[in-house]
Amino acid sequence: MADMTAGSLKRAAPVGARFDPIFRILCLSAATMLLAAISGVLVSLLIGGWPAFSKFGLKFFTSTVWNPVTEDYGGAGPIVGTLITATLALLIALPLAFGVAVYLTEFCPRALRRPIGTAVELLAGVPSIVYGMWGLFVLAPLFAKYVELPLMAAAPPGSVWETLFSGVPNGSGLLMASVILAIMILPYIAATMRELFLTVPVKLRESAYGVGCTSLEVVWSVTLPHVRKSAIGAVMLGLGRALGETMAVTFVIGNSHGFPTGLFDGGSTIASTIANEFAEATSDMHTSALLALGFVLFLITFAVLAIARTLLGQRDHA
Amino acid sequence: MMTRMLAVAVGAALLTGATVAEAATISGAGATAPAPIYQKWAEAYRAKSGTSLNYQGIGSGGGIKQIEAKTVDFGASDKPLAVADLASHGLLQFPTVIVGITPVVNLPGVTPGEMHLTGPVLAQIYLGNIKRWTDPQIMRLNPGKHFPNLPITVVHRSDGSGTTFLYTSYLKAVSPDWGSKVGASDSVQWPAGQGGKGNDGVAAFVKQTPGSIGYVEYAYAKNNNLAYADMADHDGGVVAPNEQSFTAAAAHANWDAASGFAPSLLNQAGAGAWPISGATFILVYKNPPKPAATAEVLKFFDWCYMNGDGMAAQLAYVPLPGPVKAMVRHAWATSVNSPYKPH
Repeated sequence: MADMTAGSLKRAAPVGARFDPIFRILCLSAATMLLAAISGVLVSLLIGGWPAFSKFGLKFFTSTVWNPVTEDYGGAGPIVGTLITATLALLIALPLAFGVAVYLTEFCPRALRRPIGTAVELLAGVPSIVYGMWGLFVLAPLFAKYVELPLMAAAPPGSVWETLFSGVPNGSGLLMASVILAIMILPYIAATMRELFLTVPVKLRESAYGVGCTSLEVVWSVTLPHVRKSAIGAVMLGLGRALGETMAVTFVIGNSHGFPTGLFDGGSTIASTIANEFAEATSDMHTSALLALGFVLFLITFAVLAIARTLLGQRDHA
Repeated sequence: MMTRMLAVAVGAALLTGATVAEAATISGAGATAPAPIYQKWAEAYRAKSGTSLNYQGIGSGGGIKQIEAKTVDFGASDKPLAVADLASHGLLQFPTVIVGITPVVNLPGVTPGEMHLTGPVLAQIYLGNIKRWTDPQIMRLNPGKHFPNLPITVVHRSDGSGTTFLYTSYLKAVSPDWGSKVGASDSVQWPAGQGGKGNDGVAAFVKQTPGSIGYVEYAYAKNNNLAYADMADHDGGVVAPNEQSFTAAAAHANWDAASGFAPSLLNQAGAGAWPISGATFILVYKNPPKPAATAEVLKFFDWCYMNGDGMAAQLAYVPLPGPVKAMVRHAWATSVNSPYKPH
């Protein structure tokens, strides 16, 4: 028996030896192509944006002037808008996603697990322009009436809340954009978290229940510590998506350049600015400024994803 | 809006349905605002002649770049090219239809045409200097009216657009203040307000915000039933936005080939001319790299000039005056080096 196995292995070896190098080269070229594409994009964004970077220098990152008439461009408004909306979206989506994931792994009856899981995944499949249109025509009027106006009315005059809840209460602006973004990144975070929670050894959780822990204690003291770092990675993946989201944000953010002062104020993100202006940008400096913004977004997203990779790569031990 | 969208959908469906057997295909790219009428014309023209049009609404900037790169048979732009640019690239520019831009307001109790504004007041509103609907400058123009004491929310286009170009050019023409502080372009640094994407986005924000004012192409104001404002014409009379007042603006302008058929239609002298009107344009080479293809382009637009006015009106575009069409035809015959020579 042992002889036969050895013999068949010996016969198989030459075939494998012949195809292995080809296979390796194919895989290598696939990987190289991807790398080349990414560095190609990065380099062409940098070259395209160079006239803007060299003309405005550091001012490109600090100035809020964005004036196509005088060809004076500063990206502080869109850059800050991008960071604010992505962060707010994360703050809104995180507790919801956590709840969904915990419910699915701890409490959900077996029969409901699949339907709810599928519903969450379906949310991820809705095209972003549909979120934008739905946000503008359906959610925005409701949001204005039931969220923005009551918040404005409730804010004590002269307090920091009054500044925070200032702007035009018509359902467009930074907060609305963040809410839409939160709905969009929710399924990504929830799905990844659920997968992570499932990696917690049953033995550990069952033992915790066995010594009389409540569900809350199990989640808090067993599940969470076990997946803490990976969970941060999952969150970062959601953040990466929120940073680059374009159409849905463009519809509801109110699209004004410059520094937003309140949450109901119009703002802009890097992606929405590019989507708005690229098609009709006729002057070279205008195009260059937009490409430079694209380069900045690339760097921000890259940084976020790199952090996510690092955290996801680390194995936690309970 | 629905009619236009339907027209685009039908046009697109017919275009994809084109069979291989039909030889000639014209390719064009550019402005999005006139895309619905180009699609509608193309669909009718294809049924008639078998020649199909592949038009990509990628924006005026894209249209200009594509024709300069000679990747399309014609480019389309909402913003006319300067005479010097036309000359240096050897391009001929001609208009197809007229569009009118309409200020729209959302004030509880105010009906379409009830409010009356002038260019300078509109500029002050958009500069953020007039902040309330009860401002004396507005009340003076509307004696006897009682507008709600609401703050004014300014709504503008967020995307670069020919509509914005026309609108800001008008504000610049009537208000030195606007000219020095903001200027005119496809997209500008707005001193105040919120930006909606496309005519649809602006119309939606205006509808949802009591106390707001925006500007949209006439068709959107009409189809969305928004309360448009009447404007003062050049001579000081009150004029409402409609096909007649847009046509009047076109009729009074001085069109000629030397200026690239792009006279400013803004604030035209003559009673009853809507002050915020403009044309949208096509660009072809005078010495085309492919004369036969350019001949097909001219043949197509000549057919549209003859048969397309009704279709344009259905979609709320305003056809060109007859004498302008005759002048454009003359330019096709004399200055374009192609086999197509209209009489």
